Amino acid sequence: MIDAILNYQFLQNAFASGLIIGVIAPLLGVFVVVRRLSLIADALSHVTLAGIAGSLYLSQSFGALALLNPLYLGIVASVTGSLFIERLRRLYKHYEELAIPIIMSAGLGISAIFISVSEGFSSDLISYLFGSVSAVSRQDLWIVVSIAIIVILFLGLFFKEFFVLSFDEEYAKASGLPAKWIHILFMIVTALVIAGSMRIVGILLVSSLMTLPVAAAMRIAKSFKQAIIYSVVFGELAVLVGLVSAFYLDIAPGGTIVVTSIIILLLTLLAKKIRIKGVQIQ
Amino acid sequence: MAKQLINLHNVFYQYEQTVALRDINLIIEEGDFLAIIGPNGSGKSTLLKIILGLLKPTQGDVSLFEKPVGQFKEKELIGYVSQKSNSFNTGFPATVAEVVRSGLVKKVGLFHRYPKNVNNQVKQALKSVGMEKFAGKNIGDLSGGQQQRVFIARALISDPKILILDEPTVGVDSKNVRSFYNMLAHLNREHNITIVLVTHDVDAVSISISHVACLNQTIHFHGFKNEMDSMSDKQLEAWYGHSVRKVDHHSEVQS
Repeated sequence: MIDAILNYQFLQNAFASGLIIGVIAPLLGVFVVVRRLSLIADALSHVTLAGIAGSLYLSQSFGALALLNPLYLGIVASVTGSLFIERLRRLYKHYEELAIPIIMSAGLGISAIFISVSEGFSSDLISYLFGSVSAVSRQDLWIVVSIAIIVILFLGLFFKEFFVLSFDEEYAKASGLPAKWIHILFMIVTALVIAGSMRIVGILLVSSLMTLPVAAAMRIAKSFKQAIIYSVVFGELAVLVGLVSAFYLDIAPGGTIVVTSIIILLLTLLAKKIRIKGVQIQ
Repeated sequence: MAKQLINLHNVFYQYEQTVALRDINLIIEEGDFLAIIGPNGSGKSTLLKIILGLLKPTQGDVSLFEKPVGQFKEKELIGYVSQKSNSFNTGFPATVAEVVRSGLVKKVGLFHRYPKNVNNQVKQALKSVGMEKFAGKNIGDLSGGQQQRVFIARALISDPKILILDEPTVGVDSKNVRSFYNMLAHLNREHNITIVLVTHDVDAVSISISHVACLNQTIHFHGFKNEMDSMSDKQLEAWYGHSVRKVDHHSEVQS
């Protein structure tokens, strides 16, 4: 395996991107989950699909656009979608969750139109839907690296504000924090991570890498710091095991990464149960 | 003369077609321990939100520390404890120390890290509310009363001059309500922290407070608590909206 990674650039791209995503997706995911925004990640991934499908269609129709990396339009769609979600959440103040099905169906509807009018990019599309070990280009890797730098910078600068905003929004506002702007920045960064992660995990499964490791970590973490550390460790483990098994079994990494995450989650549930029983016996 | 920390002048607040507050004139001075009391829907929480700058009055002026509220930037001087039940997510994976530390967020400022002695500050804040042994516990594992004490510690860590509490004893069992108010009285007297709270526990809070404000859209009475006895039956009725009568508690009820 190590030999293969050293010899093949596509594997280097896939593993490097995967390992980076394994850190940033759960890292941001901790905040997504505690703020009860898990479904927003799903909605944004569907909007990203619209951007990707649009880009693939445009590259078919206009030769000049053939070299354009579909990720760029995917990122634009995802960020635009995140801003629309915010707008809708404010419009439907008492039904904030309505924003999610609206944006999700808009994304899926637009994707369906682009997929129908174009001819024969089904194999490309499958790799975008479920991830791919072989399709990650060097350019994709650089995009992921840039997104990771933005995420680390963002969390480094706003970590404490973010903690307050996630724990108690009213208190954050009363403390005079620019809650609205920090939240909009958060949505944009989340959109970037989703667009960046989908090359490896796939559009349909991208939100799982933001939520499943966090769900497992929350079962055993005693502090917020621990929740972050466990989430990142579980995320990395899922990506690593998922990518290696996807390579050997020749299947889409999205599936193996998600199944590994589910196994980790089940193990933490079991561990917690055993610990509780142990305490009861004592 | 004591410093005026909060001054509301002719404040009106209208939400759509409903007038929530009208003609509010209220001065809160340094060292006051004021309870704002009134029936449900009387505008108590709205009034607190206007003081905190979370809502803008439709009309009138609000000053904090003798500055118009729009120009007042030192928000760390005001500690706020919101209604527990409305606010935080009990499943949040955070320790008591992490929650208390977050009270420094405004004082430390954007783009800065917590100071090196933050753990000592957390310890001190927890000590002042009698919760120093709980620093490592998960916030969700504490009782309602203990959680409220932690939220007060979060407010105290930035050395506020005023503590504003919105129904702080909702979800606190009656056994602990009295000791909770005793703790607030101690903070008021020993640490010279001005306290403003909204409550329904008129009886429990009355031992600790210095001042009372009776609110129902407008202020029907504001003064020392013992002066409240001078309210006429007519005033009481205008305030509470239906017939109320005064009951004196001279002795503890034996169960």
